[in-house]
Amino acid sequence: MSTTFQSSGQTPVRPEPVWKSILECSAIEVFNLMANVHLTPAPAAAGEPHGDRTAMVGMAGALCGMTTIRCSGEIAAKLATQMLGADATSNPSTVSDALGELCNMVAGNFKSKISNLADHCMLSVPTVISGEDYTLEPASPVENFIVDFEYDAATIWICLTVHG
Amino acid sequence: MKKLKVLIVDDSSVMRKIVERSLRQAGLDLGEVLEAGNGAEALVEVQKGSLDLILSDINMPAVDGLEFLKNLAGVEAAKGVPVVMITTEGSEARVVEALSAGAKGYIRKPFTPEQVKERIAPLLGGLQ
Repeated sequence: MSTTFQSSGQTPVRPEPVWKSILECSAIEVFNLMANVHLTPAPAAAGEPHGDRTAMVGMAGALCGMTTIRCSGEIAAKLATQMLGADATSNPSTVSDALGELCNMVAGNFKSKISNLADHCMLSVPTVISGEDYTLEPASPVENFIVDFEYDAATIWICLTVHG
Repeated sequence: MKKLKVLIVDDSSVMRKIVERSLRQAGLDLGEVLEAGNGAEALVEVQKGSLDLILSDINMPAVDGLEFLKNLAGVEAAKGVPVVMITTEGSEARVVEALSAGAKGYIRKPFTPEQVKERIAPLLGGLQ
């Protein structure tokens, strides 16, 4: 899969190392407030992101790239249940919708914390991939910020991919 | 006290449910809660009349929240109905645009029921 986002002519905002902790903070806030899920940063690197559910939100403008959340289908269902209640998993599309909305809010919360980004970076509506057998191949050089969290004895990966 | 008839506009059914739950947790006495997935569907609901409150997402496919707001200007049934925008983006420019187009307030995602109450209660007058 190839992804390309066009700049809208804004002055680019350059990534900084502190973005990783801002991304972590953004995710913790969103999961806590909207799903009553208390994410714990993984004590050690959890390896490459994997799992059969990936939510993606594209970013374009002063920052071009993508925010993704990746986890297992089981964890995605648990998150949906946390957000909506016990009947959330009766409709599979609800599970995808919930994960997509979490990703949307993490991306939005992140960019609201970065100077000059809130007003100059647009978000796409979320897309959710079901399945594990895929590769994301960016069309230009990228910088990745990956944070991994422990939740219910599993891992949730949140990644900000910034195009050069 | 009158039970509120509310329209919630968001392309995500999950978010519509969360917004409704937050309104209830904020202590609002809800009656009928209508839902719409974009601005076009919302306009149809508004034209049926008798709404007390509209909450609308901004970033939606098809007719987005800002276009919906602009379309409301000519709708008789929308007169006096407060519209509160719900936004993920945190873009001050889009919030200003929404307020200029007639929105009475905005709530930024993620939000707490307390924040929802703080933004909405002053708009309801004597209804609640």
